[in-house]
Amino acid sequence: MAKSHVSTTVNGDPVEFLCDAPETMLDVLRNTLGLTGTKEGCGTGDCGACSIIVDGRVVCGCLMLAVEATGKQVTTIEGIGAPDRLHPVQQAFLEDAALQCGFCTPGFIVAAKALLDRNPDPSETEIRYWLAGNLCRCTGYDKIVRAVQHAAAEMKGQPA
Amino acid sequence: MTYEPKNLRVVGTRPIRHDGADKVTGRANYASDFTLPGMLWGRVLRSPHAHTRVISINTDKARALPGVKAVITGADLTLPPPGITQAGESAINTQHLAKNLLARDKVFYDGHPVAAVAAISEAIAQQALGLIEVVYEVLPHVIDVDEAMRDDAPLLHDDLFTEGVEPKPEKPSNIAKRIFVGKGDIAKGFAEADIVIERSFTTKAVHQGYIEPQGVVANYAEDGQAMVWCSSQGQFLIRDLCITMLGMEASSLKVIPAEIGGGFGGKTTVYLEPLALMLSKAAGRPVKLTMTRGEVLRATGPHSGSSMTAKIGAMKDGTITTAEVVIKFQAGAFPGSPVGAAVMFCSAPYDIPNLSITGYDVVVNIPKIHAYRAPGAPNGAFAFETVLDELARELKMDPIDFRAKNSAVEGSKSPYGPTHGPIGGIECLSSAKNHPHYKANLGPNQGRGVASGFWINIGGQSAATVVVNRDGTISLVEGCPDIGGTRASLAMMCAEVLGIVAEKVRPSIVDTTAIAFNDVTGGSRVTFATGIAVVQATEDAVRQMRERAAKMWDIEVDQVGWRDGAAQELNGNRSLTISQIAQKAAKTGGQIMGHASINAHGAGPSLTTHLCDVEVDRETGKITILRYTTFQDAGKAVHPSYVEGQMQGGAAQGIGWALNEEYIHDAQGRLENAGFLDYRMPVASDLPMIDAVIIEVPNPNHPFGVRGVGEAPIVPPLAAIANAIYDATGVRMRDLPFSPPKVLAALEAAGKAKANG
Amino acid sequence: MARVVLSGDLGRRFAGGEVEIRVSGSNVLRLIKALEERYPGIADVLESDAMAVAIDGIVYQDAMLEDVGEESEVYFLPAIRGGR
Repeated sequence: MAKSHVSTTVNGDPVEFLCDAPETMLDVLRNTLGLTGTKEGCGTGDCGACSIIVDGRVVCGCLMLAVEATGKQVTTIEGIGAPDRLHPVQQAFLEDAALQCGFCTPGFIVAAKALLDRNPDPSETEIRYWLAGNLCRCTGYDKIVRAVQHAAAEMKGQPA
Repeated sequence: MTYEPKNLRVVGTRPIRHDGADKVTGRANYASDFTLPGMLWGRVLRSPHAHTRVISINTDKARALPGVKAVITGADLTLPPPGITQAGESAINTQHLAKNLLARDKVFYDGHPVAAVAAISEAIAQQALGLIEVVYEVLPHVIDVDEAMRDDAPLLHDDLFTEGVEPKPEKPSNIAKRIFVGKGDIAKGFAEADIVIERSFTTKAVHQGYIEPQGVVANYAEDGQAMVWCSSQGQFLIRDLCITMLGMEASSLKVIPAEIGGGFGGKTTVYLEPLALMLSKAAGRPVKLTMTRGEVLRATGPHSGSSMTAKIGAMKDGTITTAEVVIKFQAGAFPGSPVGAAVMFCSAPYDIPNLSITGYDVVVNIPKIHAYRAPGAPNGAFAFETVLDELARELKMDPIDFRAKNSAVEGSKSPYGPTHGPIGGIECLSSAKNHPHYKANLGPNQGRGVASGFWINIGGQSAATVVVNRDGTISLVEGCPDIGGTRASLAMMCAEVLGIVAEKVRPSIVDTTAIAFNDVTGGSRVTFATGIAVVQATEDAVRQMRERAAKMWDIEVDQVGWRDGAAQELNGNRSLTISQIAQKAAKTGGQIMGHASINAHGAGPSLTTHLCDVEVDRETGKITILRYTTFQDAGKAVHPSYVEGQMQGGAAQGIGWALNEEYIHDAQGRLENAGFLDYRMPVASDLPMIDAVIIEVPNPNHPFGVRGVGEAPIVPPLAAIANAIYDATGVRMRDLPFSPPKVLAALEAAGKAKANG
Repeated sequence: MARVVLSGDLGRRFAGGEVEIRVSGSNVLRLIKALEERYPGIADVLESDAMAVAIDGIVYQDAMLEDVGEESEVYFLPAIRGGR
């Protein structure tokens, strides 16, 4: 089976890779590009551990074929925050103890950042429904929702 | 070590966890994030049948496929000698484990492994599975626990005779064990009772539901030295199980703990690791094996479904006189459910003079049951606490007052024997009673439920090393995988003893060659037991630093005290900080290192009370959790945020168990809902904020008063929600889960009964 | 002499029901030895991994050398270990 050649942009960098037709974006990120921050929890689009941002939309990396990345802008957890400063969502997750095992955390942070990019002032209900595609088995979501509220306040320049 | 009240500066605060930055940036490495050069990919072939004989397995075609480097079956795994390996709150029978890893002559459940393959790519490995020819002779199967106990039930093991009954049975059965806990005279107790209520309950098998599937990378070298990288609740347990399975020496296998993406008890055994080692040995190359979510649900330890009857008697004044409980648990393919804990702890929040509690451990055709957070206790509490709610209503007593009147307190006898030390049951109940939640108004179709729970917690073996660096920072070396923030809690206790800030202590969780044995991260034991090891290792380092200071000052060591991160001359003004002592360490005897390796005892039980408000949609049967508050005795919350996190997370897991989660099998015994879409765990939009009220009744057997907190929070939700549904609708739900179709059917049946009545 | 209670399955199997007896032995090992003299076969059960011991309310999963006081209350109980 001939491999497909894909040119795309990942975390702002031009990236080229070869992939088999059935390979998912998640497979390529983790196994070809070495970006293992994006996690696989189910492979069926139900847990959100593989959440990435593609042209501004949150998608499950496991449901996207790698060839679909052609010409797209892909952001993974590795592309959020800067070496000298965590993104406010990341900082809030730390300060608010919004993670326990941490496995679902990259997916939640990617999804929460995408939410705050489009809605800087979400209600608790909006946060809960936006994040309903991300499963966390450890926290009961309480501290995650509070961290997103906290990050929203920080990003608006308000004290939390 | 015993508890002493002290002024605390670090314990009880909320610093940022030490592994936090790695985990919010995706940098933390979990099981499947690891690769080695030349690595092969493995896949496991699993039985599609629930119960079969294996007539033959032909792997020739799979071996002939280009790119396939190794194929193994049960014939390649020598049955180890009989034995038991302790695994925290489980005990693992080594021969059963071997038969579970790779089926031999019989398959016991849908998903039971029958062969494994390693190839140069995952795709080729998957293709090779399709070329393995297995001839099965399908047998009748049984999954329901009551059905499995019948005389005419399909028999799983023809050499299984019920333990714990006299005389010993002559015929084999699916009942592996009968256990009994009791005291007093229940006939007398029922005679004294003014009200007796007896009810039956059922629960379905549920899964731990950790988000990270099992995964491993193994390398077995030609000289017999091997390495395993995997996510587990204990690298030493993984080592011990692997060497037992493969007949290796302990020093030949290094198990490196990856970060762990949740476990909840489910990662206190092996499924893939021995297979990956066998494949690596056969192929001469490293092998990666990971599970899909479907494999996790089909073939890793769910928690027992159960069938229970609880009969409880009380006097008019609210005194419970007696309880008689029978609890039957699914054990899965091999004996060993946690029914013992259900038996010992279902009545444990209370002091009841006459008790008879009997448990049955029953093999059925689902995967071998494995530990799940407070293993067994939620089932028992579901039955017990629901009957208590009925009794309170009959007695016209407030359900909290009724529980408080019968509450176990310091000095009362536990159902399992020993006398309780200080416990926080009454404190949880009174805190709940006085909380605004308990007084808040409810609307139509809304109801409030109360339930309590008990978990004993365990101690166990732990080791810690405290290395004092030249700059005064501390390297804290420990051996318990961090699932929920224990790096932080352990580093904080080390910092507290030293008198420095938590950020100056850097914890590392190391492999099996780098520290003494540690039991698993389980049993709510790490902050308690490893905490004691850390405190002792830190005190050892402090003692050495005082000795070095004494040498440098040329005075006796008893003239040197320790305060605020420095040695202090007791009869003078001189002091030496940690870094000042450490910088001279080369000249005073070498680098300072404190050490402890212990078996901790005296883990205080944790008691908890939950308040739950629900709203019932009468048209769809959907239950909405409106408000949820948990009250729990933590002894001492070292890092309160992560204690709250345990309480909130355990409550959420219990809510999922109550409302939606269940194993659903088709007529052939195949799991129908082996994915997160249909095995429906709670998502963010299903839940409200969960308030966590921490109660602190110090555990006398820990230097800071710590009790385990991780498990108790999953115990009360099943009954709390059942009781809330009754409060909202007048309908008693006694069969889990309370999914919309079942709630709707119950509401309609109640409506008809009322119309006819 | 410590107060040893054989309850539940243990009491049924070796003493025909729950019993409380006085046994001398200053640690768990010695206590079990003394119990074996009175109830032959009990040592194998008590020393197995399936059993824990509680001395004055503190549960020990792996006790052998733990001290037992003259007035101690001692219970043998199933270890908190589900699987077998």
